[in-house]
Amino acid sequence: MIARNSVGAGVLARAVMGLTLLSGFAFAADLKAPKQATAGESITITAADSGHLLLFGPGGATKRKVSAGDVQIPGEDVRAAGRYMAILDDASAEFYVVAAKPSTVNFLARPSRVPVSRPDAISGVAFVFDEFQNLFLKPAPVKFDLSVKENAPATRTVESKNGIAFTRLPSASKEGAAQFVASVAGGTPVRRVVQQVASDACDLRMKAQKTDKSIIVETDPIKDCSGNAVPDGTIVTFIEVTDKGRSTVDARIKRGTARAELPLSSNGTISVASGVVTGNELHLGGGQ
Amino acid sequence: MNRTIPVLSAILLVVLVAVASRPQDKKAAAGTPDAAVRSFFEQVKNRNWSSAYSYVSPSSNTDQASIQRELGGKDGSLRTYSTLQEVQTKVLHENDAEALVRANLQWSTAVGASNSSRDVKVVREDGSWKVYWPSEKQQNLPPQVIPVNYLRWDIIRRGPEEDWGAQNVEAPKVRIISMNAIERDGRTIVMGEIVNEDTVPGFVSVGATLLGADNKTLGEESSFDKISHVLLPKEVSPFRIDFPGVKLADVKNVRMTPNSLLVPASADPVIGVLNQRIEKDARGHSMLRGELINQSGQTVNIPHVLATYYDNSGKVIWVADAYVDRALVPQTPVPFTADLREDVAGNVQNYRVTVNHYSLDKGGL
Repeated sequence: MIARNSVGAGVLARAVMGLTLLSGFAFAADLKAPKQATAGESITITAADSGHLLLFGPGGATKRKVSAGDVQIPGEDVRAAGRYMAILDDASAEFYVVAAKPSTVNFLARPSRVPVSRPDAISGVAFVFDEFQNLFLKPAPVKFDLSVKENAPATRTVESKNGIAFTRLPSASKEGAAQFVASVAGGTPVRRVVQQVASDACDLRMKAQKTDKSIIVETDPIKDCSGNAVPDGTIVTFIEVTDKGRSTVDARIKRGTARAELPLSSNGTISVASGVVTGNELHLGGGQ
Repeated sequence: MNRTIPVLSAILLVVLVAVASRPQDKKAAAGTPDAAVRSFFEQVKNRNWSSAYSYVSPSSNTDQASIQRELGGKDGSLRTYSTLQEVQTKVLHENDAEALVRANLQWSTAVGASNSSRDVKVVREDGSWKVYWPSEKQQNLPPQVIPVNYLRWDIIRRGPEEDWGAQNVEAPKVRIISMNAIERDGRTIVMGEIVNEDTVPGFVSVGATLLGADNKTLGEESSFDKISHVLLPKEVSPFRIDFPGVKLADVKNVRMTPNSLLVPASADPVIGVLNQRIEKDARGHSMLRGELINQSGQTVNIPHVLATYYDNSGKVIWVADAYVDRALVPQTPVPFTADLREDVAGNVQNYRVTVNHYSLDKGGL
């Protein structure tokens, strides 16, 4: 019988609370609280009686002795966004705290290293937070800047959805450490570095010179199709095919060019390749 | 009588000890060419170099140290980690003065069994047969300084104090550029080539999963030593993965998984592969031969040759490897030989040889 009465009272209380929420205030018996508050800003709860006010929220719980009337809840007690519940004896009230204005972003930039001149190769994801590290769920403009050295930055402004803003940008045509920056108005920009590196070799060319003991082959300075120097250490394969057989040397680019020593021969061909890119071919004893 | 037995036993013991401890016969005698070669290699097997040398003809114009270096290894080469396991001999021809004996040798090495064959000339001297073993003339470089200024890549990874969004340096991007699956000797073999497309070195491995009907997994393996694991930027390596006991007809799908890790590496050493050619050996088997030359200044202790064979359409039809049992000292050519299967040899239109290198002070890098 008692249990049934308690259930009935609960249903009634929730119905009353629902009605009061519609009217802008939540109160249960003798507690009134605003329906919504902003993180970090103080709020006022009206209590009909004195006693111990308990406040439960996502960031913790507080207990304070209050007198009947308006009770000031300081901003630091409602920093965490989410649902709160105030309880005074057998009365209670619920309210919701939303994030304060955007002030910071957490920024993920991928990849850390990308070849030049690739469309949509760089992605940036920004998570918008207020100063109390609450995710800002309302739409907010996030600015993404991507710049290499002294070149003008590529800028894109994206409105966040549910706290997240996402963009894709092409890599620039010049190699170097690109500064990828995400920011919100009035907030601190967050910087990531995306290393833009030379792409595959382009127009790979070599020349050969006979010595007493061998043939020295050396490439011209190796660059990609945008004119960036292919990094030192990259493998360049020289292949000499003669009637004695085939000779190969996997040379490394050093100071922009690759060089190798091949067996001396008066006929045959020499070719050059780097990865899947092939270069010119030289005919020994022939035209070249 | 009671005293006689101990006294006789003591005398016998003294005689046996004296016989056992007498100096080795410096002029070991062999009655046949076959026995001479067998005895010589038996002593090599026991690493008894002075005794082995006693079977060598003085006309070889060699010394014991040269034979020891050649058959016992030096410079931390694979031969220094090898033991002669088995010798089979066959007299190819013989007359009163000389003979030719083929010795098929099986070595037990740190990387598995290694077989080689050598036709040994045997000469008759003073009534016994001796092995003619001319010393290998190895060019010795004059003392010099070889300046090396190749790149080395080191890595700084993100620290614990970075915020959670700060990115780490990523693993290099690698791509499988060709793949082929065949069946040989009751096993399915997946092979192909992989390239490091990035500008940084990587430690690379390739995994493969064979799927049968209803996507049931028939086998899962990864490349082991038939791949160059450390790939510098734009370097291409073959790979081969064997699935013993799996029939190709049962395979409906192959799932390939190329993996890469960013690792510190050095661009040194450069190893040239010279005068590669496919030819028949004395037994009529197809072999890929050539010479390796270390163009850097540091000794490579164990060279590992990887050969990729292509058909006339450019498809990879076989990947084989061979370890070279001699170290690569700078600027000195060293011959290598890699077996080529007879059923593949007829279709080979092109081939490519790459070299892995293991140095004692740097591991595999």
